[in-house]
Amino acid sequence: MPDSLPSFSLADQHHRAHSFPSTRPALLCFVKEDCPTCGMTMPLIEAASQALSGELDVVAIGQDAAGNALMVEQHKLTAPMLDDSTLKVSYAYNVEIVPTIVLADESGAELRRFEGFDKADWQSVLSQAARLAGRPQPRPEPRIDWSAYPASRPGCGSKSVEPGMAERLAAEASGSSLRARQIELGAEEDPFEFMFERGLTDGLPVIPPTPERVMRMHACTRRDPQEVIATVPPNLAPLTIEKVAANAVMAGCKPEYLPVVIAVLEAVCTDEFNIHGVMATTAGATPVIVVNGPIRHRLGMNMKVGVLGSGNRANATIGRAVKLALRNVGGARPGEIERTALGGPGKYTACYPEWEERSPWEPLHVERGFGREDSVVTVFGLEPGPRLIVDQLSRTAHALAGSLGMALESCWHPKLHGYGEVLLVISPEHADTIKRDGWTKSQVRNRIQEASARPIRDLLPDANAGEGMALKHFGLGNSTAEQLEQRIPKFRKPENINIIVAGGEAGKFSSAFGGWFSGPMGSISVSRKIEEML
Amino acid sequence: MTRIVDPTDERVPLSRTLAPRPQRLSGVVALLDIVKPRGDVLLDRLEQRLAERLPGVTLRRYRKPTFAKPAPDELRRRIAAESDFVIEALAD
Repeated sequence: MPDSLPSFSLADQHHRAHSFPSTRPALLCFVKEDCPTCGMTMPLIEAASQALSGELDVVAIGQDAAGNALMVEQHKLTAPMLDDSTLKVSYAYNVEIVPTIVLADESGAELRRFEGFDKADWQSVLSQAARLAGRPQPRPEPRIDWSAYPASRPGCGSKSVEPGMAERLAAEASGSSLRARQIELGAEEDPFEFMFERGLTDGLPVIPPTPERVMRMHACTRRDPQEVIATVPPNLAPLTIEKVAANAVMAGCKPEYLPVVIAVLEAVCTDEFNIHGVMATTAGATPVIVVNGPIRHRLGMNMKVGVLGSGNRANATIGRAVKLALRNVGGARPGEIERTALGGPGKYTACYPEWEERSPWEPLHVERGFGREDSVVTVFGLEPGPRLIVDQLSRTAHALAGSLGMALESCWHPKLHGYGEVLLVISPEHADTIKRDGWTKSQVRNRIQEASARPIRDLLPDANAGEGMALKHFGLGNSTAEQLEQRIPKFRKPENINIIVAGGEAGKFSSAFGGWFSGPMGSISVSRKIEEML
Repeated sequence: MTRIVDPTDERVPLSRTLAPRPQRLSGVVALLDIVKPRGDVLLDRLEQRLAERLPGVTLRRYRKPTFAKPAPDELRRRIAAESDFVIEALAD
């Protein structure tokens, strides 16, 4: 049983509607004006039409209105030239090359199809058409001087497969995989103002998530657009791949960034990470994203000069896409459920790759049990901005790690010890100083703990600084002077000090993201492998 | 003409009416501590004053495990089932 072709109704050059299938067999010829092979084919279409019409419909289907008119004029076409300038029929027929010639029987079933120009194909299709047209007595075949034609000639690309067009047509076709509500803007409406006024943006301009852009974005994942990847607090709303893609378009992501955005959203919407608390806290925290593995290079992420901002598209837009999805789907809008007293630049975006190749140590994802060739995201609930640590004078690992420890003691407040996770970004020059002494990450962490440890008496609130830790935190009631001398490290455990290497080659500076309320009662960092389409 | 894919969860918030406000306190009053610093100080004082002024009212204390996460479902259900009123010490 031959395949049944999609039905259509298109207007010809005289504005007359032609429907397919009619009661007759049909020869459908898809053409465009700027294709020389199509130009060569037009006399054959006209000859076939003159010889067979009445018994068999011969139609040219042109792909742009102005070009169609030109072809009618140039070739003195009396055959119907149907206007498919919306390309919907070309798309529905999977036309990739023009000319494409399709012969169909009276029921609309496809009998044969070929692309480009091929003399033997044309001769044979015209014979077949003549037999169909005159059953039981075949009509005479059109008379054509075949010696004027080459044996074959390749065609041109169909307009329906031009860049951007295929996605637009796919989105418009009834079989579109998009299911989200679509909003049609008035002709006078500015898309950015429209989206800003409806609270859909972070205040910066966004790319309007048109269906064709969302389709193109979605092409970079194998996952179904309707797959729910997470339930997003605080609204506990289902997050589909389609919604991720729409927010990634708005953020300015390239389609190849999408798998990273998906992995991050899956990671933050876990119980351990507690995105509800991270977004809602008055203290001000945000998902800080570290990217490891080969994908850093494939996406052209910046891990060198200015790694923590700004200027790199992948770094900037991946983090922003995550925040827009949390805002638009999860409902975490500043002033509503997002209650940070102060916020910070990291609330717009905070996504950074590690410069693994420049690090003397195992990269973060390998420390966390992944393979070096895996591409992995790790998310931390941290302060929404980095703090600079200056040390231009230390020449030993001991001295430098001591400086880092003193600087990290100020996270939250110098008197608040027993602290959770932070992210320390060590620059190449600082990494070199530590490397010269052959120190491991573990030694750096231990030195930070040593340098930041303080006696309990220094941690108690007093008239000079009212913040601090009550004696009961240390299991003490009436304490002795000796008990108050007990030194308490800054961090609950050395592993809370997460270390990556990144940044420019020149400059003896490092940077740190202070923590939030971390641990099982707050937020725990989460790593997740990125599912790439390779 | 631009057409955009709606990037939101597409849900319309439910508007709920407040429960009726009784004229007087009676039955069980829940005192919920979300464990922000000094919330317990506030609730201790409230409990003491309420016990003095309303001896017929039962006061019951509840605690969230952490202020950094929403109250567990089980705790919310228990408070709703056991109490007529809730006073929550919300923030620092």
